[in-house]
Amino acid sequence: MTELLVGTKKGLFALEGEPGGPYEVTARAFDGEPVEYAMRDPATGRVVATVTSPFYGPKIFCADEPGGEFAQAEGIELPEDGDKALERMWVIVAGEDGVLYAGGDPGVLFTSTDGGASWELVRSLWDHPTRPEWKPGGGGLCLHSIVPWPGEPDKLALAMSAVGVWLTDDRLQTWRNGNDGLVARYLPEDAAPSLTFCVHDLHRAPRRPERMFMQFHGGVYRSDDAGSSWTAIGDGLPSDFGFPMVLDPADPDSAYVIPLAADSDRVTPGGRVRVYETRDAGETWTARGEGLPAENAYLTILRQALDRAGEGESLELYFGATSGSVFGSGDAGASWFTVAEHLPPVYSVRTA
Amino acid sequence: MIGIVATVRLRGPLKRLAGDRSEHAVEGSTVGDLLRALERDQPALSGWILDERGRVRRHINVFVAGEPGSEDTPVSAGDAVDVLPAISGGAQ
Repeated sequence: MTELLVGTKKGLFALEGEPGGPYEVTARAFDGEPVEYAMRDPATGRVVATVTSPFYGPKIFCADEPGGEFAQAEGIELPEDGDKALERMWVIVAGEDGVLYAGGDPGVLFTSTDGGASWELVRSLWDHPTRPEWKPGGGGLCLHSIVPWPGEPDKLALAMSAVGVWLTDDRLQTWRNGNDGLVARYLPEDAAPSLTFCVHDLHRAPRRPERMFMQFHGGVYRSDDAGSSWTAIGDGLPSDFGFPMVLDPADPDSAYVIPLAADSDRVTPGGRVRVYETRDAGETWTARGEGLPAENAYLTILRQALDRAGEGESLELYFGATSGSVFGSGDAGASWFTVAEHLPPVYSVRTA
Repeated sequence: MIGIVATVRLRGPLKRLAGDRSEHAVEGSTVGDLLRALERDQPALSGWILDERGRVRRHINVFVAGEPGSEDTPVSAGDAVDVLPAISGGAQ
């Protein structure tokens, strides 16, 4: 049985089922509210969700179960009397030593050491001297990717739109950028050096942690030096524009992306929904679309709306679209089935 | 010295967060003062009406004695201050 936590424009949905379907909606929470992201903390099993009410601002809530009673977390706020307000919380990631990280807009990172009940702003990033130069992407100044290093709690990688990759080796004390090799096609070729790198998603291969993959705003990249420098690997894709990415933890040479037609046309290309897989670190890509809509299907799949469960031969993949459909694969993408239709627009999908 | 006392009126989730009570007599000379005093009385409301900067959130409307106001609007003794979600349909 696989549990999916699906954040949507109109609430959180929990679905359960076996690969091949059908999946059942077992709970709905935050009726009518935008749920950006929800996950289960592996340390406690509790559900931690980010909710951005258009009226009352971004909050994080925790509960034992998705259908249970959610309690508001403390500390999800910026320093008082500043000139910025917290706009949105994008992602929650479990780190080493039971720590939870949460990333949001405007380019902020929070940590929790009590399973999400309370949070503390990471001041080294908030007070970073380059912050006045940070430029937001279309979705705001969002810190959307938080990438721990297995077994190394001092090391962490972040990605922000549009402020590139950030690396720390001293447990959040100091930061350096990891943008070498990235090509920002949305800037003039002779543009002055800047931090304006619009990373869309960032992942690390857990069995070879110095190997990372990135979906960029036009470009798919690989790093073999823990995110310091990047090599383009998008050749062979129908488009190298897209948002989410996922890896098979068993295979450091693997990555899956869902290309969208273009920056200016953010739908599945040619009206056909296909996931693309590499098993040779981006040398070649293979379309995986058996069972996915193949005609007149112009879907948009957002940044946090692709996830996996298991690994290797038992790798399961799941993704949702703003159309309200969720799709799954129980065989590492070789074939797909429909998990759910007619949900509200899907913001995030996480397996539990 | 006792200052101006006005009544803040809440609905929906704000009412529930404030002890499930809609009317709250609080002291202050501006809407911002009243709302900060209300947050002190009802800490669960913190961050729901005013943001970190002390500003009324973008999609919340405040009316003072029936007139639209902001955090800087002065209040008079006995005023009713209504706090309502804005009519923001369409985008959501």
